[in-house]
Amino acid sequence: MEMESSAQGAAPGSNVRTHGSRGSYLIGLSYAVILTLASFWVASTDLIYAPGVPILLGVLAIAQMGVHLIFFLHISSAPDQANNFLALAFGVFVVFLVVFGSMIIMANLNHAMMPMDRLMQMQR
Amino acid sequence: MNSVNQALPLPAELPLSFRGPAPVRTVAGFGFWLFLLSDIVIFGVLFAAYAVLSGETAGGPTGASLFDRKHVLIETACLLVSSVTCGFALLAAQRTEKLATYFWLAATFALGALFLSLEASEFSAMIANGAGPSRSAFLSAFFTLVGTHGLHVSAGLAWLFVMVLQIATLGFQPMVGRRLFCFALFWHALDIVWVGVFTIVYLGAR
Repeated sequence: MEMESSAQGAAPGSNVRTHGSRGSYLIGLSYAVILTLASFWVASTDLIYAPGVPILLGVLAIAQMGVHLIFFLHISSAPDQANNFLALAFGVFVVFLVVFGSMIIMANLNHAMMPMDRLMQMQR
Repeated sequence: MNSVNQALPLPAELPLSFRGPAPVRTVAGFGFWLFLLSDIVIFGVLFAAYAVLSGETAGGPTGASLFDRKHVLIETACLLVSSVTCGFALLAAQRTEKLATYFWLAATFALGALFLSLEASEFSAMIANGAGPSRSAFLSAFFTLVGTHGLHVSAGLAWLFVMVLQIATLGFQPMVGRRLFCFALFWHALDIVWVGVFTIVYLGAR
């Protein structure tokens, strides 16, 4: 396919180095399969210290999302990908803000709220 | 596609302000990428709602008692392999091989349809067992999050069908190539969302 001029940026999936080959997809698939099987194993095994399991699952999920971004969506930090990469960084920032912000605020409210049975008594 | 640009000197020799607009494919790809990121923000909000509500089962069934991991592993395999077949379809379209493109698009469609039917059977079994979206806040959040992903996959299948029709009627025009390229981005992005779904919803179930 055609090459784009690097100064004007490139479309998200058109990284010259990794795109255009079946190999990139197959490497991505093998990484993704390994990470998926690892996630399912971690979730169902008793070998791992239980409170560490969610952290390990999170690490594996983020790694797999990275594999998908690099090998399937062909996003990279190359100069001609600056626009795509910055947009991605902003999207990730918003998602983290929303998800962790909600979780912290709701946990805080839960903690500060009076137990439900006492609340019901007061309303009578 | 780049016939306009080929008449000009090499871009490196020109100052940035003289280079004119980027090629259509770059602009279309970037615009679609922004759409995908906003779509992922939607999923981020639904993930946040799920994370907050996942413990609020209102005395009803919990995630750990409802979810079947083998079932989820098969669904994951469908989406993963369909992502690769979708990439192969894009490569075949770039080589303008019609037969190979149809084959890989058909494989993508079949795997996506298999995923949807597995999800539909899971949902209908849950609803039949009294674990529908109205049972608890946890189940409302679950059906909203996983159902929205399923809706996206359905939309993707419809888009895929239209793309096959366009290749059949319009051939490998640059316009069709751009649409197929955007479809591939969409399909891969859905796969990334599914990684979050199976990790947080199914494997993280307490």
